[in-house]
Amino acid sequence: MLKARISVPARARQGEIMAVKTLISHPMETGFRRNSLGQAIPRDILTRFECRYNEKPVFTATLHPAVAANPFIAFHVRAQDSGKLEFIWTDQDDQVTRVTRELTVDPAA
Amino acid sequence: MISRRNWIRYSGAGVAASFIPTSHASQGRVVVIGGGFAGASVARELRRLNNALSVSLIEANAIYTACPLSNMVVGGHRKISQQQFSYAALSADGVNVIHQPAVDVDPERHLVTLRDGNTLNYEKLILAPGIDLDWQALQGYDKTAAELLPHAWKAGPQTTLLRDQLRSMREGGLVVMSVPKSPYRCPPGPYERASLIAGYLKQNNPRAKVLILDSKDSFSKKPLFLSAWQSLYGDIIEWQGESDGATVTAVNAENRTVSTDFETVQADVANIIPPQKAGKIAHLAGVTDRSGWCPIEPVTFSSTLQPDVHVIGDAAIANAMPKSAFAANAQAKLCAVQVTRLLNGESPVHGKLINTCYSLVAPDYGISVAGVYQPGEKIWTEIDGAGGVSPADASRETRAVEAAYAQRWFDNLTTQVFA
Repeated sequence: MLKARISVPARARQGEIMAVKTLISHPMETGFRRNSLGQAIPRDILTRFECRYNEKPVFTATLHPAVAANPFIAFHVRAQDSGKLEFIWTDQDDQVTRVTRELTVDPAA
Repeated sequence: MISRRNWIRYSGAGVAASFIPTSHASQGRVVVIGGGFAGASVARELRRLNNALSVSLIEANAIYTACPLSNMVVGGHRKISQQQFSYAALSADGVNVIHQPAVDVDPERHLVTLRDGNTLNYEKLILAPGIDLDWQALQGYDKTAAELLPHAWKAGPQTTLLRDQLRSMREGGLVVMSVPKSPYRCPPGPYERASLIAGYLKQNNPRAKVLILDSKDSFSKKPLFLSAWQSLYGDIIEWQGESDGATVTAVNAENRTVSTDFETVQADVANIIPPQKAGKIAHLAGVTDRSGWCPIEPVTFSSTLQPDVHVIGDAAIANAMPKSAFAANAQAKLCAVQVTRLLNGESPVHGKLINTCYSLVAPDYGISVAGVYQPGEKIWTEIDGAGGVSPADASRETRAVEAAYAQRWFDNLTTQVFA
């Protein structure tokens, strides 16, 4: 598991647009660089990010070598029902980092 | 006097050479704005190089409070009065020291306007305004907020305010430091400060902690600082960088909270070092670019944006050279030579410059970095292999010797500039 940080409200009103920010520690090594001995540094990147809201994908992204180290991904999600937000990063070898946050949704005012 | 506009006209007529005003060689008129390490140095150096020059130094404050070693004031090891210097020696050298702010520069007419409305005419203007804190850059951080959450990034009342807040902090409290992205004044300064704060806490408030929220992932002398923190202060200092999401995005002065994208930290003392830009007069003079700093021709420090204006010290974009007191002094000496030569109708010389920065991790534990720099066509670059940093595995004796050097570095520099 990589170190990941999430910013999402714990509580929201139904229909509210929530700002979500994520940051994961990852070198995103492109595979195009060489070390001091001239040897190619192997590619090591995250290839996919997904946010699921009560099992349903609400935001997905495909990541490529051009994405900088420590990808910071921010997006918006509309609060609907109480439940679970899952944040899932998958690397090129299908290793998965998963973080879950509980969300309480109050009825619209 | 020939303005650049006229120069071009005369050049076009093919008679440029006959218009070079030889009479200016003996009695040039130079105005320097800003009396810090850069400005005070250049004013004195100009008079040393040619005592027929008329040199005016415009500086609002009668007493200068130096930043280097001011973290020792925060840590309780020095008095603020030990940081303070007058301009008496400059006056004795024949520099016309004017203690009021410059409020405007008209590069077309070669005029500087003072607060009292008087104007000074110059042939060459040297701007050394240092930094201004960017009060728009960090949400919630303005001049009023700085009275509660000191920046202490200009030495003086802010320095003692931070010191006093540390002294009166509750037992086991949390000191939060916010560090901006580069470039800013004194690259290793925040980490020296964290060290000396930790030293104070270890002695006086041992359960208290320092949390550094940094907008970048690496910093000057990082391995040396990290290992020194470990050995001297254990877990008192925690550092988080950009990849940890530690970039500070907002502060709340009343609640004393500091926020990143991912959390809001409750501080007992918050030292907010905000993003910075060249001093205001540089903006008024039209010598700043979109970065907020002043682009220069490397060899002469002349502004790329306005004629007959040179910019030195923290305000200038000197690329690889850090914004340090030593660099400011070195740039001033070279700039003085170039301005003197230009006024004599001579061509500028190619000079290399040195910078050294000492940081005190404790009063008896010093580390240093030195670099040698050369001007290229567009930028100042560091000469590979010419400088260096303190060794990683040095003994405590070596660290103590370097700490003593740091003290002498300060004494030598301030003697040269102000005594």
